[in-house]
Amino acid sequence: MAMSAADIEALIKTALPDARVTVEDLAGDGDHYAATVISERFRGLSRVRQHQMVYGALQGRMGDTLHALALQTSVPD
Amino acid sequence: MENSKVIDRIKGEISENPVMLYMKGTAMFPQCGFSARVVQILTHLGVTFKTANVLEDAELREGVKQFSNWPTIPQLYIKGEFVGGCDIVTEMFQSGELQTMLEHHGIIKAPAA
Repeated sequence: MAMSAADIEALIKTALPDARVTVEDLAGDGDHYAATVISERFRGLSRVRQHQMVYGALQGRMGDTLHALALQTSVPD
Repeated sequence: MENSKVIDRIKGEISENPVMLYMKGTAMFPQCGFSARVVQILTHLGVTFKTANVLEDAELREGVKQFSNWPTIPQLYIKGEFVGGCDIVTEMFQSGELQTMLEHHGIIKAPAA
């Protein structure tokens, strides 16, 4: 069961309510996306920790239902 | 292989090899674009690195995801520390952070100033 961009955005926002999220469908197959997530909660965290938070928000779908998610995380300026 | 054996194997590999890459396929024949990208970056930097092909070992494939709490492959380890997957390694390469880290660990020489 593939995912829609809206599903991904909703899941991330549930876990990170303050996040500004953009999700782009790379291949149109519901399986390859690129997302940028900007959240205050990332401040002071390593990139690995930031990405782990986003993967956590996706509740285990990452690597399973969702094959590829090119991720860029940052804190608000 | 029973889970704790996989974890022990991973611990051994990442401590014995300064640069260890868990990937899909091999350095010569990567079987996934993301894995190929990391191989390309390491080769470009002239790094000697060891790889493990998770496609040949389902327990390793799941074990390494649990070990690092990271859901995807490839996974790069430098001096026993999980650095990241394709996105992070690419970002670090573009920012020069990866080179600095490798130089700091004496894995590659700093360019002649």
